[in-house]
Amino acid sequence: MTITVCIGSSCHIKGSRFVLEELQAQIGKHQLEEKIHMTGAFCLGQCQKGVCVQVDGELFSVAPDTAADFFEHSVLPRLM
Amino acid sequence: MRKFDTKVQYLKYKVLREVARHAWNDTLLEHVMDIPKDIVPGKIPTMRCCVYKERAILAERVKLAMGGTADQPHVIQVIDIACDDCPASGYDVTDSCRGCLAHRCEDACRRGAISFDHNHVAHIDKSKCVECGQCAKVCPYSAIVNRKRPCQNACKIKAISINEDDAAKIDYDKCISCGACVYQCPFGAIQDKSYILNVIDLLKKSENNTKYKVYALVAPAIGSQLTYAKLGQVVSGIKELGFIGVVEAALGADLVAWAEGRELAEKGLLTSSCCPAFVSYIKNEFPKLAPHISHNLSPMATIAKYIKEHEENVKIVFIGPCTAKKAEVQLETVQPYVDAAITFEELQALFDSREMDITTLPEDVLDNASYFGRIFARSGGLADAVTQSLKEQNITDFQLKPISCDGIEECRMALLKMNRGVLDANFVEGMACVNGCIGGAGNLTHGEKNKAEGDKYGREAMEKTIAAAISMLPK
Repeated sequence: MTITVCIGSSCHIKGSRFVLEELQAQIGKHQLEEKIHMTGAFCLGQCQKGVCVQVDGELFSVAPDTAADFFEHSVLPRLM
Repeated sequence: MRKFDTKVQYLKYKVLREVARHAWNDTLLEHVMDIPKDIVPGKIPTMRCCVYKERAILAERVKLAMGGTADQPHVIQVIDIACDDCPASGYDVTDSCRGCLAHRCEDACRRGAISFDHNHVAHIDKSKCVECGQCAKVCPYSAIVNRKRPCQNACKIKAISINEDDAAKIDYDKCISCGACVYQCPFGAIQDKSYILNVIDLLKKSENNTKYKVYALVAPAIGSQLTYAKLGQVVSGIKELGFIGVVEAALGADLVAWAEGRELAEKGLLTSSCCPAFVSYIKNEFPKLAPHISHNLSPMATIAKYIKEHEENVKIVFIGPCTAKKAEVQLETVQPYVDAAITFEELQALFDSREMDITTLPEDVLDNASYFGRIFARSGGLADAVTQSLKEQNITDFQLKPISCDGIEECRMALLKMNRGVLDANFVEGMACVNGCIGGAGNLTHGEKNKAEGDKYGREAMEKTIAAAISMLPK
């Protein structure tokens, strides 16, 4: 699975750093380093919905304080 | 008129704008011959001897705006018929000559080239003058001046000579494409090729970024440009042209500063590799020093490489102040990463070709790089960033001694010393343009005010350290 976090200006200002760090922490916590590839993109085309996160092609809007929740409800089930 | 320094820039801009306008509308092929007459209508000349010459020169500008011809691969081109054959080299008596009685000039001249009219005013016989300058030296009124052509005066690396027809001629074995002559020629007879057609083509074929994404990579000098609008509006304007996103080349500068700090500590002696004109200059004139050029790609190429390695189906257009970048993107090492390079002048032409008034647009954001990445745009910034890089990486066993060379003449002095092994520095920051990139030939405006604007833009960066900025980039 590939998770792409938008690190473009607009998402950066909305806190993509924290989203990125949280997702990386979650991956570590669940020991999913082998299964999930994290990467960045400079625009996912939906700046107003940032922070944009793409999981296998599907676009999500995530905020720093919803990142853990997002991982649990939108990422983990996909690995089941 | 927009904010250009000179009317020559304005003229070049009008040509670019018209070429772009037709390109967007797919009408360029049928209307390319009309552009000169659209710009110079009627019968009364405003710039040259007649409208026909004005249009003939404009036709040449149109050619260069369309990318020039394949048989002329170099970025900087002389438009022969536009060259005014300026009174080159030569000592001239100006009207400051008061027709004195002493005639020191006559005594100083060993060639008998000086005579006097009935008012005792001196005249120099050019056929006898050997340009020794003795007459100018002794004149108590400083009435004798040495007239050099502005292009030759601008070209500090002496790549410009005069051809058999008296027009300027560029020695491409020496030319580093810095564009100093382009900016300085008062007749606009030297011009940089434009790749705006490639950019328009890239944008159109992306079909609104659905076939592939097109990113604009903007140089940090943008902080000093188009200041009639807010930076956020410039970003909106660039997106309005059809780019999906705008990325700061300054983030590449953060990456370069980080790597350069380590490379320097390891090798002990390094020259910077950010300025493509400086790099060309070393390779042309000081090949022995070439191994000391930093192995980092330029900030532009570094961040473009990162993007292309992490995202699929991406095209990248660099927008900056630099004519030498147009040559850099053709290098084998850079060409895979950057698809085209244009200048801020050309960006303005693109905006206006779409009838966009960017001051009416909402403000978007631009924030990828740190303060240190952003200040690469001015002379001294790179050395500051490398100092910071060593500090952030706790590299303490290396004593940095940087020298910041502001303009190609200072670069030359430092390289001459380095060549002889007597340079009292271990890191040479070289910028071909005086003031650094904010003095680049492709800027709309140049000057003191731009320095302050550039620094202000640097301070506005959200990330305060290099490490913070580059930690945003997943491996």
